[in-house]
Amino acid sequence: MSQITDLTLAQLKQALGDGDLSSVEITTAFLDRIDSLNPELNAFITISHEDACKAAADADAARAKGKAPAFAGLPMAHKDLFCTDGTRTTCGSKMLADFVAPYDAHVVSRCQQAGLISLGKLNMDEFAMGSSNENSFFGAVKNPWDLSRVPGGSSGGSAAAVAARMTPLATATDTGGSIRQPAALTGTSGLKPTYGRVSRFGMIAFASSLDQGGLIAHTAEDIALGLGLIAGHDPRDSTSADQAVPDYTATLNDSLKGKIIGLPAQFFDERLDPAMRRSMDDVLDVFRSLGATTVDVSLDHIAEAIPAYYVIAPAEASSNLSRFDGVRFGYRADNPKDLTDLYERSRGEGFGSEVKRRILIGTYALSEGYYDAYYKKAQQIRRLIKQDFEQALSQCDLLFGPTTPSTAFVIGEKTADPVAMYLEDIYTVATNMAGLPGGSFQAPLIDGLPSGYQLTGPAFGEGAILNAAHQIQTATDWHTLRPEGL
Amino acid sequence: MYEAVIGLEVHVQLSTASKIFSGSSTAFGAEPNTQASLVDLGMPGVLPVPNARAFEMAVKFGLAIDAEIGKESVFDRKNYFYPDLPKGYQISQFEKPIVGPGRVTITLDDGTTKTINVTRAHLEEDAGKSVHDAFDGMTGVDLNRAGTPLLEIVSEPELRSAKEAVAYLKVIHSIIRYLDISDGNMAQGSMRCDCNVSIRPKGSEVLGTRTEIKNVNSFRFVEKAINTEIHRQTEILEDGGRVIQETRLYDPDKDETRSMRSKEEANDYRYFPDPDLLPVMIDDSFIEACRNTLPELPEARQARYIKDYGITDYDAGVLVADRDVADYFSEVADTSGEGKLAANWVMGSVLAELNQTGSVIADFPVSARQLADLISRIKDNTLNSKTAKTVFEALLVGEGEVNAIIEAKGLVQMTDTGAIEAIVDEVIQENPDQVANYRSAPSDKQGKMLGFFVGQVMKKSQGKANPQAVNQILNSKLGS
Amino acid sequence: MSLTSDDVKRVAKLARLGLTQTETNETLTQLNSILGLVDQMQQTETDGVAPLAHPLELTQTLRADQVTETNHREKYQSAAPHAEAGLYLVPRVVE
Repeated sequence: MSQITDLTLAQLKQALGDGDLSSVEITTAFLDRIDSLNPELNAFITISHEDACKAAADADAARAKGKAPAFAGLPMAHKDLFCTDGTRTTCGSKMLADFVAPYDAHVVSRCQQAGLISLGKLNMDEFAMGSSNENSFFGAVKNPWDLSRVPGGSSGGSAAAVAARMTPLATATDTGGSIRQPAALTGTSGLKPTYGRVSRFGMIAFASSLDQGGLIAHTAEDIALGLGLIAGHDPRDSTSADQAVPDYTATLNDSLKGKIIGLPAQFFDERLDPAMRRSMDDVLDVFRSLGATTVDVSLDHIAEAIPAYYVIAPAEASSNLSRFDGVRFGYRADNPKDLTDLYERSRGEGFGSEVKRRILIGTYALSEGYYDAYYKKAQQIRRLIKQDFEQALSQCDLLFGPTTPSTAFVIGEKTADPVAMYLEDIYTVATNMAGLPGGSFQAPLIDGLPSGYQLTGPAFGEGAILNAAHQIQTATDWHTLRPEGL
Repeated sequence: MYEAVIGLEVHVQLSTASKIFSGSSTAFGAEPNTQASLVDLGMPGVLPVPNARAFEMAVKFGLAIDAEIGKESVFDRKNYFYPDLPKGYQISQFEKPIVGPGRVTITLDDGTTKTINVTRAHLEEDAGKSVHDAFDGMTGVDLNRAGTPLLEIVSEPELRSAKEAVAYLKVIHSIIRYLDISDGNMAQGSMRCDCNVSIRPKGSEVLGTRTEIKNVNSFRFVEKAINTEIHRQTEILEDGGRVIQETRLYDPDKDETRSMRSKEEANDYRYFPDPDLLPVMIDDSFIEACRNTLPELPEARQARYIKDYGITDYDAGVLVADRDVADYFSEVADTSGEGKLAANWVMGSVLAELNQTGSVIADFPVSARQLADLISRIKDNTLNSKTAKTVFEALLVGEGEVNAIIEAKGLVQMTDTGAIEAIVDEVIQENPDQVANYRSAPSDKQGKMLGFFVGQVMKKSQGKANPQAVNQILNSKLGS
Repeated sequence: MSLTSDDVKRVAKLARLGLTQTETNETLTQLNSILGLVDQMQQTETDGVAPLAHPLELTQTLRADQVTETNHREKYQSAAPHAEAGLYLVPRVVE
């Protein structure tokens, strides 16, 4: 039998249910692996040994009495921007290095109610701003496939922890690609649900109209299991959609025969790296072999998605991050001489440079005289992008393309050039602008490094995405490849 | 000669039970920060959810001033840093307010009326409070008030004097009280007023540079602050100077306005639609439901009072200005069945007493039923105007119910004709000269001379004799 | 559009972000390169296009006016850097 930590969430659930494994065994196995790997990978900011072990013992006891909820005793971990009552929530920032939220995020309570055990809190780019996880106050996260490379970001900790088998399931968030891009760079499966599918309550905001919580795991099946728990309407989030949550596992095995896969021309133009193109072609061959057909579509305004995104996201962020002022929580500068000094030094010292850059860009874009040229213009482009997707999705069931332009880059390679870093998200940001669900799943390795393909569906089409990915995962073994040497 | 151009921004705290974006209580006077929830504190990760009642109240106000209702209203963020503003932005409505253009009518001193256009009214959240004196070198922040719903009512700059501004403010106050959407208590800050004041040469169409006087908290101060500011600006212009556009604060102790340096930094509020909230769609059924619960408003009530109680236009206007006073009056009038007498007593005695003590009708010691009892006893001739005053004063200090007071003070009017006849006989015997003069005088002079005898009889009866009976008996006895 | 060092200072002031001189200089170059990226938007024709604030264009649900919160001051203030007597303290504010 393979190691406990190699099992997927579905396999662990089965083993627990069959009595082959106990929650204590499972939890201990993952904690041990975290302890041995985290010093190198830095995927976890906080490891909850005691709480997790206690919860595991409780889960086993409850299971023995036949009173355990469905996921009782199964381990997972949360990106460190989901507030957890009693465990610190840092958001990867000095600003919140010691912040213990007095409440649980909606996603956290849902997981808890289902019986899942949190192993700890996962590293991330500060305030979810970044595509490499180098912008963390707690240090960069290493890619388990090559420790000299980035795991992607901002959910780099989530992706690295799953890839390194430190947890079978991790929560993550995606504002412009922060679930899909790290999933692609670490050989994991990641899903950003439709905007409004998962409550943002308790998720520390980066850009409110783009942020969406989701999951990273080994398989589409595990994501289907997890999404069923965290999706659904929450009256505490006005933007949460009042839509019934289907059983995502029920449609995983649907046939792909007759399904139409749309290939946006802009994803496959001459700029696409040849190796990445070959990888995508391999995936498409499998789709076709499963009975799906392809159709060429166009997303005319995709090129403007990045510029518009870098107005909207920083604008919203500049306002969302105003609450970090050193008064009610978080970092406060020593001996402020007056109120302005308190604000300027607490924020100047508490935020890292990428966060400050985005606050400045956002503040500038909203400032008097520039609103129309920047913010309003970006919102108009946003509508054009949404219309593009509607048009494209009217011709097919799902859109397909690479998740990232290339495989994981070397740590430090892009830190000096923010624009180069921003272009990492070139294939992912448009999905957030349109609020659509998008998943990234394992494609063939390129020179020993993972690559990922992306599926984008219509609003609330998570089921179709997971179905397609599951069918590919049933027909291939790309998702079972694991980094060597760990 | 200069003309003043004044516009008012009135902030009204809506009397919802919970806050506009959270389930915290809005009750006044709690221990600091005990009514500050995660949302009110702007904790990381929390989100606002708007209160339906605040929208109902805003729509009712809109209907009351005959305004367009915003079928789609949008919350925006107004970004600025201040310790009493937890999120670093205030959630307000900028481009798409819930209430669009409307109008109110004010009555001027000379009895003429003037229509004042209301530009808009929008919903927003109140800020917390700063406590300045409790800590050495530090300011304390209490966020209990943060998130209390406010309706900000913005007038067009159509007011031309401090008196007009106060008249407008009183009409707004009257409407919100009638609608019962706020307690309107200016002293407690439930209604606050920012005054935009500028002056220009009479006849000019061009607006002068305006200043904004922030947070004036009484009708009287609004009048004084505006007059002071008009005076200050006039002096500046007359000296050839220029008025600077700025925010000023009124100091009632010194009766002057002064520049608020702390607010002077260039404000750039960076308004943008709050991405945590969606557009609020108000449909016709919502509006109709609000319309159906609208109470009778001051103008309608004034017309009804004139008709039902037979009182004058002026009296009705005075009585309806304050909903609580109007309710008090109508209870007195209905219970006693004496509209005119009730109007005289409420205006002459009750309102006078309130003005003098600066209190409100809700705290008035004489209940409407007690005043109605008093009026009934005047009507049945138990009391005359003099003894009625005595009873009213006793009621004011809480000496009990009307009948008990009459009993205790022995104020029952003497209506027994025999007893009055005896006193009249006494007076006639004691004043033979006056009797002779009276009898010899021509009849058109006698009326005037009768007053002397009435006075004497009233004096002997200690004011208790029924004046009508006294007149009648005197007439018959002196006539013989 | 290109920012000057004064622009950066003005915006930083508005955002209450203390920047060191080195940070201001570094930031200036980076912000200008980001604005260069952002300005690519200007090539797109958007006349008559309604701005899109929310992807799904749903409408707001309102909550009933009910008090659902209770006092948790002690717990909430345990996260505060400086609170006394139930109040959050800041350097004295002059009005």
